[in-house]
Amino acid sequence: MEGNTAWLLTSAALVLLMTPGLAFFYGGMVRSKSVLNIMMMCFGAIGLIGVLWVLYGYGLAYGDDVGGLFGWSNDLLGITGLLDFDPEADPTGGTVDVAFQAMFAIITVALIAGAIADRARFGPWLLFAGLWATLVYFPVAHWVWGDGGWIGEMGALDFAGGTAVHINSGAAALALAIVLGKRKGWPQEPMKPHNLPFVMLGAGLLWFGWFGFNAGSAYAADGVAGVAFVNTVTATCAAMLGWLLVERVRDGKPTSLGAASGIVAGLVAITPSCAFVDTWGALAIGFLAGLICPLAVALKYKLGYDDALDVVGIHFVGGWIGTVSLGFLSTARVVPDGVDALFYGGGAGQIWPQVAGALGVSVYSFVAALVIGLVIKKTIGFRVDEDVEIAGIDEAEHAEVGYEFGFGRGGRSGGSSIAAASKKLEESTA
Amino acid sequence: MKLITAIIKPFTLDDVKSALEQLGVLGMTISEAQGYGRQKGHTEVYRGAEYAVDFVSKLRVEVLTDDASADKVVEAIVTAAQTGKIGDGKVWVTPVEQVIRVRTGERGADAL
Repeated sequence: MEGNTAWLLTSAALVLLMTPGLAFFYGGMVRSKSVLNIMMMCFGAIGLIGVLWVLYGYGLAYGDDVGGLFGWSNDLLGITGLLDFDPEADPTGGTVDVAFQAMFAIITVALIAGAIADRARFGPWLLFAGLWATLVYFPVAHWVWGDGGWIGEMGALDFAGGTAVHINSGAAALALAIVLGKRKGWPQEPMKPHNLPFVMLGAGLLWFGWFGFNAGSAYAADGVAGVAFVNTVTATCAAMLGWLLVERVRDGKPTSLGAASGIVAGLVAITPSCAFVDTWGALAIGFLAGLICPLAVALKYKLGYDDALDVVGIHFVGGWIGTVSLGFLSTARVVPDGVDALFYGGGAGQIWPQVAGALGVSVYSFVAALVIGLVIKKTIGFRVDEDVEIAGIDEAEHAEVGYEFGFGRGGRSGGSSIAAASKKLEESTA
Repeated sequence: MKLITAIIKPFTLDDVKSALEQLGVLGMTISEAQGYGRQKGHTEVYRGAEYAVDFVSKLRVEVLTDDASADKVVEAIVTAAQTGKIGDGKVWVTPVEQVIRVRTGERGADAL
């Protein structure tokens, strides 16, 4: 029992690390003039959602069911009701679950930021993050995982968050990319990633943290966690190979950005199914995501929405692949409440709940994000001014620059401004 | 006095530098440069999006010398920077009216 608690707390820490990892993954992909802004959108989500989660988010997701739509329990406000507990009776319940699930809420919100990189103001982003988490993530987590939530009741499978996390954030990302509009110059001007080693580092940290995300979702340090862990390796490796194969055939060269993207696409796709499929299922799901996601990424050029860092192509599409594939590849061999799906002699019955859950979350999250985004845009404004966007958003929004490599920045040339700053300090303390 | 400016492939810098040191050249300035000539640029691909990159990274080497050594310096740079492949760069020579050493105020050939 204590072993389960230890694994859950370890997993919570692993999942938290995913969001800084995402900040590097995203940060390397933007242009150098706006690297801090995208990383801050990720870190900002940690701060804000971490607070909202303990205040009322956990209650909205895991409180007593209200009509299958959200949860509510007065004693979950500020999670105070969980502080009197019986450690013998429920070692992974109470605050351990609050900690683990908090990190899922955080990364789901942070994922959306990639769609609006390079052009969103920080304050309006935080406002959006808080509203979307409150109106969409917390209730949707209840739909999927809460006792009595309608998607779970329907029999839809989502082991670690294909529907609740990836389809959810991907649909919101599409809506926000449409609300904010294209970056200036897109797609005619080249917008190259400024630091591919950052992207590789971020993909590595995401993968490491994802073991907590997937294997932690077994809620026990047992064999089911082991299956989830192994499938998280298998599918991810297959997806990376798939993505590189597409690039080799279509573009001529396998790229490092493709390897990193394939890793994330595979992790996304195996998330809902990691303990529900066998090795063949994991290989198929991963490889499929590796083949389809790079093609889905190219859709933005055809349809004209500027999803800057491909949240739609990877998380929305990858989430759909993983969620729907459970209707075909799920097997009851691993978890006690698993289901034999179409390819394992169980008939087509599992396909409908998978599709219905995914569809419900897609539509709700998209519409809600569209409305919240438009309200922010029409009231306080969401986007930076054009001259700020051209010069780079970091100085305007955060009064910092990511790198001190240029002439006139490093070393002695900054002396005069340091003198001015220390003078200010003297005056303020005098 | 002459100013010799050379645009070279970055990886030839060490060869150029040691060739100049052997000639007794006492100083040089280098800077990163981007440009193209006959070589033109190349293509980069990011998540399937192709970008034509026109400018190629080069180094600019600047050497001040007296009139008598100019030809030898040019010869040394050309020999050291030559790979025979397209994109080896260019060297040109411009006359210099005056040179002053900041520390001492020396002028002309003494300042080299």
